[in-house]
Parts: sequence; C-alpha cells; structure tokens
Amino acid sequence: MKKEESKYMHQIDAVVVGAGLAGLRAALELARKGIQVAVLTKVYPTRSHSGAAQGGIAASLANVADDSLELHMFDTVKGSDYLGDQDVIELFVQEARKTVYDFEHLGVPFSRTEDGRINQRPFGGHSSPRACFSADITGHVLLHTLYEQCVLHNVHFYNEFQVMSLLIEDNVSRGVVAWDIREGGLHVFHAKAVLLATGGYGRAFKITSNAHANTGDSLSLILEAGLPLEDMEFVQFHPTGLFRHGILLSEAARGEGGYLLNGKGERFMAAYAKEKMELAPRDLVSRAEQTEINEGRGVDGQDYVYLDLRHLGREKIMDRLPQVWELALNYLKVDAIEAPIPIQPTAHYSMGGIPANIKTEVIRNVAGDPVLGLYTAGEASCLSLHGANRLGTNSLQDAATFGRLAGEHMSAFIQRTDFAPLPSAPLDPPRERIDHLISGGDGNEKHARIRAELQENMTRYAGVFRDAEGLGRLKLIVRELQQRYQNVRIDDVDQPFNLDLMEALELGHLLNFSEVIVEAALVRTESRGAHFRTDYPKRDDENWLAHTLAWKTAAGLRLNHDKKVVIYMDRFPPQERKY
Amino acid sequence: MKESISVKILRYQPQKDKKPHWQTYTLDVPGDSTILDILNEIHWYHDGTLAYRRSCRSAICGSCAMKVNGRNVLACETPMHQFRGNKLKIEPLPGFPIIKDLVVDMEGFFEKLRRVKPHMILKKPVPDKEFLQSPEEFSRIRESAYCILCGACTSSCPSLWANENYLGPAALLKAYRFIFDSRDDGTDERLDIINDRNGLWRCHTIFNCMEACPKHIKITDCISKLKTRVVDNSL
Repeated sequence: MKKEESKYMHQIDAVVVGAGLAGLRAALELARKGIQVAVLTKVYPTRSHSGAAQGGIAASLANVADDSLELHMFDTVKGSDYLGDQDVIELFVQEARKTVYDFEHLGVPFSRTEDGRINQRPFGGHSSPRACFSADITGHVLLHTLYEQCVLHNVHFYNEFQVMSLLIEDNVSRGVVAWDIREGGLHVFHAKAVLLATGGYGRAFKITSNAHANTGDSLSLILEAGLPLEDMEFVQFHPTGLFRHGILLSEAARGEGGYLLNGKGERFMAAYAKEKMELAPRDLVSRAEQTEINEGRGVDGQDYVYLDLRHLGREKIMDRLPQVWELALNYLKVDAIEAPIPIQPTAHYSMGGIPANIKTEVIRNVAGDPVLGLYTAGEASCLSLHGANRLGTNSLQDAATFGRLAGEHMSAFIQRTDFAPLPSAPLDPPRERIDHLISGGDGNEKHARIRAELQENMTRYAGVFRDAEGLGRLKLIVRELQQRYQNVRIDDVDQPFNLDLMEALELGHLLNFSEVIVEAALVRTESRGAHFRTDYPKRDDENWLAHTLAWKTAAGLRLNHDKKVVIYMDRFPPQERKY
Repeated sequence: MKESISVKILRYQPQKDKKPHWQTYTLDVPGDSTILDILNEIHWYHDGTLAYRRSCRSAICGSCAMKVNGRNVLACETPMHQFRGNKLKIEPLPGFPIIKDLVVDMEGFFEKLRRVKPHMILKKPVPDKEFLQSPEEFSRIRESAYCILCGACTSSCPSLWANENYLGPAALLKAYRFIFDSRDDGTDERLDIINDRNGLWRCHTIFNCMEACPKHIKITDCISKLKTRVVDNSL
C-alpha cells in the first residue's frame, strides 16, 4: 500500500488522540491559547463515550446543601480506599468548581434550582449533594458543548482516524502514526506535544457498559513503546448494568431514591452498608449484589437483582430519569414506572491507565521521570486520582479538569520547544502490522472468536470477585489467545472503511493490556477498592499501600510496586473504610 | 431461544461495486436481538466485509442511524421484533452519499450545523459563578439538548430530498436550542441565518422528522416556534 506520501504528512504543534471530554477540553484550551491543534478520533467527536455519562459532574458548589473542598477531598480519598494520590486529589477538588462554572459560561444547559443556580443531586460515596447535572444526559451536553466550542476555535478534526503507533525516541515524543479509517491510508502527525486521551478499557470484559470503541488503544501502544502502565488491576464494576446487556443505568437512579431488591424483595444493602444503603460506593454495592446472586438470592435464582424505581412515581422518573426509563423499556421491555428493572454488575470504569505526574506528563519510571512532550488525561490516564475505586461524577470532572490542565501544560511546553526530528521510517511498523492482518501467512483465526473468548473469561475470572486459582487460569488463557492472534486473518481487504481491520487491530490492543490486568491482579494479594480477592479479603496497608507499575519486556511482564502513594498523614491517614 | 431470520442489506463496496446492490443473509439469532446485534453477528461470524458505524450500544452516541424496513432507526436500540415475519431490509440513511455499505458521508450534515453558529454567543460579561437561569427557562431548551446528531430526522425530510441546500431539521433544532436559551445573546444573527430561502420556510410541517427522531424530540414544533419568533421579530 505505498502511495505518494506528502498528503499523508502533517506537522502541527499539538496532537490530541481521542475526542471525549478530556481530549476536547484540552484541545479547546490549546486553541484558546492560539496553539494549532489536531484532534484524532476513531469516531465522530460527538460519538465519544463521555456522552454516555448520565448522572452528573462533581463540584462542591454548595448550591443545595453545605459542602466544602475538604469534604470533597475526604470523600474522594476514602472512596479510593486510600490508593489515590492526595496531592492530585487536592488539586482536583480545588479546580473542580472553576471547571463547572466555565462549562456553564460555554452554554452547557444544566438543570436548575428554584433560584436559578446549577442544581445538584446526591451520589454514591459523596457526603453532600455534589453532582451538578442536566437531567440524565450530563455527559452528553458537556461533550456537545465542547465540540461546539472546538469548532468555533478552529480545532482541526481528523474524524475516523485510528492511532497506530507513538513516535517516541530517546524519551522524547515526536508525534503519532494514524490510519485513516474512512479513506484508508497511513498518516504521520509530527507534533511537539501529544495528548493521549483515548478513554477506558472496559471492552476487555463481556458484561460492560463501555462502547465498542473503548478498547484502550493508547494503553497498548504505551506498552509497545516500552513504557509502563499503572494500577491496571483496578477495574470498577458498576452496580446497575442492564441484565445481560451490561448497558449503564445511571447511578442517578439511586441518587434520586431508587432501591435495590434481591429475589426475596429485600433491600439487601441494609446488610452491607447500613447507613449509606444504596448510596454506598460502587465497589461495595457491586460486591453486595454479586454476593446476593452467588448465595442464591438473585431473582428466581438467576444472575440478577432488581433496581426498583416504582415508589418515585411517574413524574419524577420522567423528569429526572427519562433515559433510564427508556433503556429499560427498549432493551428489556420493562416499564420502570410499573415494574422493577433486572440489573447486574457491569465493567464500567478503568482506574488504572497511563501513569502521569500531577502536570499530566506521562512518566516512564518509578522516579517519575517524564517522557518529554507526551501527556495523558481522562480515563486513559492514571494520575492517580481515583486510586482503587472512583466515586460517581468524579470521572466527568476528572476528564474535564485534567483535560483543561493538560492543555495549559502542553501550551507552555510548545511555546518553549522546537519540533524534535521524526524517527526514520515511521510508517514501516504499522504498515507491516496491517499487511499481516490483510494477507499475512496462512492463518485462519477470526478476531471475533478470540475476542469473545477473552471477554467471557475476563468477566468470569477477573470480575467483581477474584482468586489465585481463577487468575492463574486466566493468565494461561490470555497467553494462548495472544498466540492465536498471530494467526488472525481478516475478510475485508479493501481500504475504505474497513471495520474488519479496525476490530482486528483493537483486539491486539485488548490482548496486550489484558495480560497486565490479570498479572497485576494475581500479584496484589490483598483486597482494596474494586480489586477483591476472596483468598485475601482484607486490605493490607503494610505491604500494598503502593501503586503497581508494569512493563512489557521480551522476557514477559515486569511488575514493580515501589511507587509510593502520596498521603497527607496529618490530614487523611488511612483508616478502615465503612459506609 | 434462537430464531431464523432473513436479512437483506444494501451493499456497496467502493473498490468493487459500480452501484449498490442487495445481499441477503440467513442466520439464527436470539429472539431478543437488536438490529445492531444482528449486524454484529453477520460481520463477526458470516461476512467480515460488511461495514457500518456503531459505538455506544445505548442510543446516545448517534452512530448507528440507518433505515430498517422503511423506517429510520438507531440499530442499537431497535429490537428485531418491532418488525414482523423475521424479515429485515436494512439500508443506509437515505439522502446522504454512501461511503461503504451502511456507512454514509455526514460531512454535509455537520457543515449545515456549523452554519447556524452552534455555540453560545455572549455579549455580556461573565459572572464569577453561574449565569442564573430559572427551571422554566431551562425547560424551554431541555428537550432540544437531547439531540444526538444521528441524522435520522434530516435524512427523513422530503423538503431536503427536494432541495439539498435546505438546512434541515437537525440544524434548525440546534438553532432553536440557542435562540431559546435565556443566556444567549446571538438571537438576531441566528434568526437572520435561518430566515433564508434555504432555511426555516422550506419546512412544510410534514412531521417526518418527529417520527424519525429516536429521542422523541418534537422537532417540527420547535421549527414552528422559530417561525413565530422570526415573524414577531420583524414586526
């Protein structure tokens, strides 16, 4: 597939990979500062999965009840099961209010209080109503508003471009190579600064709330570049996934007063979190659900429990939760005004990701030395803000705040830096990879079958509950699937909109980082936040109050746990986590 | 329980085909499958060359609008049982150029959105905190903010089939969303843009857009309110 290459060479100050909330917020910040910025995205920007976030964006505005920075910080620290870095959390809560007011000034339509201020609702693990919301389409309106502003500020969009490799040499980022999905063809983007904002990695699981696009591409490319990933074992399972589909029903359903019922019709949360009940943090609620199911108290002995909204009444359901109502109706034929909704835990959020310092610079070792010109924000990143478990509505805030800050840091870097030269023959590795999938060898494996096996086994052995035996088995399965992946051959050999190729490339990424999830979960012999080991059910601060870093090497994965958690011992020392 | 189903899809592979043609697949799928489940089943296990757009699976990203048995729908939220006889006929969204199979070119659609200045226009200073807006003022724009830009409405509009330069329902709805936002100061310039021979008055209240909208937005009503607003403004 050699072509005349000038059309395929771009030189631009900043490249942002991913057009969700983090990517677009960074792009807007860069564009406002007069920086030329290109956004590369696999889907049209308004299709990004940030748009599926329903319930709200956290900020201690205190519009409907008392609140404070200190309280937001404490809730987040506690929610993280003390694995969150407290310097990052402190900066986060300080910047959160500004981020929300800025959104409002950009035109985001927020639901309002009677006196005209931004309305706020309660959310799991937050001790005050802190979720600023727009009915149950908060992520959607934030995403669309940012897209509108990016268009206004002349951000260059490369829609339907899939990133193939990171151009890094001598610890300096020089750009990326991307595949033009629509037309076919490889493009080189030569940039002073690159932001990786490709979102989460939930597609490694069978039951997931994530979009088809959430395949953690940049995480896998980081591994291939010889750089580490952090805390990959921490995957959040959301308690209210639509049964069998995994599609998200917003936590707002419980924020607005919804109940969780087991097969006996009991509000079972009373046995797990007497005080917070349904509004305990997600890790705890998901474990409670799974325990009810495992002990035979699911509905009709099946793998689900109920989300019950009936007592809220038609008016409140249709005003505050119309999307929840419609999803249940369309997918399960359940009218939530009349009947409870079957739900189960669903892989939802990736706490782990690409390690970065508080300035969003990607780091390459335990000491925290950065890769020059390489940044990350949002769900793809691990700063670590959410530690072992994220609180609801902190994710939109994370993506927007650290997207904005990344834009500021990148802008300052770009203004004092020249373009570093490109590595030689940057197109060769991605071209070989594509050629191999299209015509390579005599392989006859189908990517769909390998993906289905991976997802099935990840949900079974690396889900809400884990143990050494299951994870050990899963490790062998993932390795075997990686071997089989070498023999994948696709049906579609054409260049334009080759979905077959796109999915085969994504499967390679899933297999790459899934190995890290499994290995990190196997090695961490404790239970903390979303990572629960039935064979090690207690948190172990003595041995495990530390981040996991993992590198891929020729000899296999290398794990390290020397990266300490930043803890303000005088303010928020680790304590038992009760709700 | 699996059911046997016949799926007729309008195929177009630009590197092979001179023009679109029908291809029929017969397969067994679970009875509660959605249209997207069926497309995935075909693409993953029967014919990898089939191309379509999809992402969120939950009717919010707007990627998978297409025409099924004569209706514009989102493939992800539409169960096959909405259609009788286990026979499906799937085509790309009408009115847009086909790139490949069910994938259409939406650049023109987004270009029309850009024409109505789809962003807040402020001519007043920004407060320290939020602009105040009453719940009633919010409720005026709330429904229009649900638009996911899937193109189902615009694609279903006969006025647009007759004149491709017409802004179309999605762009007009976007104009509505800002014109009726109490915080926005760009009403006059937006009204000028839509009060044009390719704007508002091409809408002949045929209501196809409302029927096609997967978010149930009363688009035609919004366009009617815009017409009233233009008339009021010129008095």
